[in-house]
Amino acid sequence: MLSLESITKTIQDWLLTKFSPQIALTLECVIVILLAITLFAMLGLVLVLLERKVAARIQIRLGPNRVGPGGIFQTAADTLKLIMKEGLTPDSADKFLFNLAPFVVMMVAMLLLAPIAFAKNFQIWDINIGVLYISSVSSLSVIGILMAGWASNNKYSLLGAMRSGAQIVSYELSAGFAVLTIVVLTGSLQISEIVAAQENGWWLFKGHIPVIIAFVLYIIAVTAETNRAPFDLAEAESELTAGFHTEYSGMKFALFFLAEYINIFIVCAIGATLFLGGWMPLHIGHWESFNHIMDYIPSSIWFMGKTFFLIFVIMWFRWTFPRLRVDQLLNLEWKYLLPISLFNLLLVTVIAIMGWYF
Amino acid sequence: MYTETEIIKDNTDLGPDGELVVNMGPQHPATHGVLHLVVTLNGETIKKIEPHLGYIHRSIEKMCESLTYRQFIYVTSRMDYLSSHINNTACALLVEKGMQIEVPERAKVVRTILNELTRIASHELWIGAMAMDLGAFTPFFYAFREREMITDIMEDTCGARLTMNYIVPGGLMYDIHPDFQTKVKAFVKQFKEKVTEYEDLVTGNVIFQSRTKGVGVLTAEDAISYGCTGPVARASGVRCDIRKIDPYDAYDRVEFDEVIETAGDSFARYMVRVKEMNQSIRIIEQLIDQIPEGDFVGKTKNVLKLAKGEFYQRVETARGELGVYIVSEGATTPHRIKFRSPGFSNLSVLDHIAKGSKIGDLMATMGTLDLVIPDIDR
Repeated sequence: MLSLESITKTIQDWLLTKFSPQIALTLECVIVILLAITLFAMLGLVLVLLERKVAARIQIRLGPNRVGPGGIFQTAADTLKLIMKEGLTPDSADKFLFNLAPFVVMMVAMLLLAPIAFAKNFQIWDINIGVLYISSVSSLSVIGILMAGWASNNKYSLLGAMRSGAQIVSYELSAGFAVLTIVVLTGSLQISEIVAAQENGWWLFKGHIPVIIAFVLYIIAVTAETNRAPFDLAEAESELTAGFHTEYSGMKFALFFLAEYINIFIVCAIGATLFLGGWMPLHIGHWESFNHIMDYIPSSIWFMGKTFFLIFVIMWFRWTFPRLRVDQLLNLEWKYLLPISLFNLLLVTVIAIMGWYF
Repeated sequence: MYTETEIIKDNTDLGPDGELVVNMGPQHPATHGVLHLVVTLNGETIKKIEPHLGYIHRSIEKMCESLTYRQFIYVTSRMDYLSSHINNTACALLVEKGMQIEVPERAKVVRTILNELTRIASHELWIGAMAMDLGAFTPFFYAFREREMITDIMEDTCGARLTMNYIVPGGLMYDIHPDFQTKVKAFVKQFKEKVTEYEDLVTGNVIFQSRTKGVGVLTAEDAISYGCTGPVARASGVRCDIRKIDPYDAYDRVEFDEVIETAGDSFARYMVRVKEMNQSIRIIEQLIDQIPEGDFVGKTKNVLKLAKGEFYQRVETARGELGVYIVSEGATTPHRIKFRSPGFSNLSVLDHIAKGSKIGDLMATMGTLDLVIPDIDR
């Protein structure tokens, strides 16, 4: 069967027959970078359209339906508009940091793409500290946001950036603890091993209630980390006009916008990998024939299906809930989520030591 | 006046004690129009709010003084454009009172129905806009679904969807559309079925409740001393419904409750408006089958002239008490006219109740005060 794994293998073999190993590696890197950039652009286009369509469905309207069949070229047209627009830099802004900030945010999103397993044996970089890498790199994005807010020299931006800083730093803890529960259960930080451990069932089903709690905590925490409603205080439209990216226009704004969607994709992909088995098909214990049928569905479709389901859930949140207030946001984290996740981690550790999971 | 450099300086420097002065508006997503609030912040906490008015001042009062008693009503549609029927009613009632014009029963009943439809439309829009201020976009579309039916009814009957100009001294400009009754009944039916939808979406939401309960508390004493009226005052437990105190048109013959809440916070103001919509539906249901046959406009002279003297008429708009005060010298135009708009008094309380709260609370408080800026500036 033609799978992503066999395609990459063929390309590698072909490159190795033609070039020396060093040059082959370099060429592979170039291909990967090009593919990553293409994936970025595609994800941006697809997710923005998806968001608008989901929002429209929830809000009893139709959504974009003019540009192309069913409006599928709407985001492409919007992107074209943003590229043609002038990228304004305010006079009083710190020009270097102002122009650097969107790229920092974008770069962080790109770096996070590396350890994600898109399909069976289809992964850019299977680093042995995968989960740790994700946790540490994702915390860098706050620097870009703070940079944007501070360099804009705008009060709304500053307030938005400060809110965002407080928010991301706090919610990272819950997200980290939720991720740790799976690390404890698997005994490994490597993404491929975490996926492999879910061969006889996803952690969400194998790990009893504590893992379900961890999953819910993870979803809440990453919604906050990606600055999505109901935690979109950093850009709170009705309060701070557009928060940290008030002063940005044109493509620089589009980079923030794109980074937001890429970040959603990445956190959902990680959530799907940790809790829902990543590319692993739905396997139930010893039902050999059932498992065998499930294996016929390509692993990339399993991965994308799970990821997009989680993305849909996060979009659903956005179009249903009002926004929290800044003090309520921090109360929720420090008074409720953090104690719960600490206790939950303890519980999971006990389960892991006693071997009580399936 | 500031020079240009001073304005830039004002926008970038911190005030004394590290205060942050933020200009919210006149272009701001939450001020719904051209309200300009100069907000002094200490971090996220509000220290002072100073509303700057006049961005949409069209000197309606002065304009009215050069228009005849038939003409000046049309200008008032542009004051509180969400209750234009009710504004028109107030002016028509005043002219009728001043000239002792007999209004046919049919006109009275239709006016009452239209006024209540306007009130529902206004509250529907308010629910959507307020939810948007709090960061929820979806209720807006659900509220507009029903509001659209009302504007369709208005379009059929009055030929306009926002500034109706349908009510004239002596009655109505035209007779109602033949479909009026069936359409209103269809609306009432749909409203009763669907009102639960956005109540589910908003009222019961934990985040919405925590954002509004105990936020922007206005005591009954303050509501009276600041001159607050309408849902804002009724949420603080002040009885002030003009439809009950000083009934006009057909309000004396219908049964409805004056909605009173006592908490005085943003949630109470929300609840008052939601319950008021149900009361409006009750009024419409009582009247829609009872529209008497007959003339739709009373006999009036071609040229209207108010007798020398002073005249005052008040009505209950969707926002509170609208007063129209005219000094007449016996000419065809008013000598002096003054509108007491509910929004102005309700805005004046903003600094008092939002001080010390967070920026997010300001949006909840401002949203539930239901400000319409052209009504404040006139």
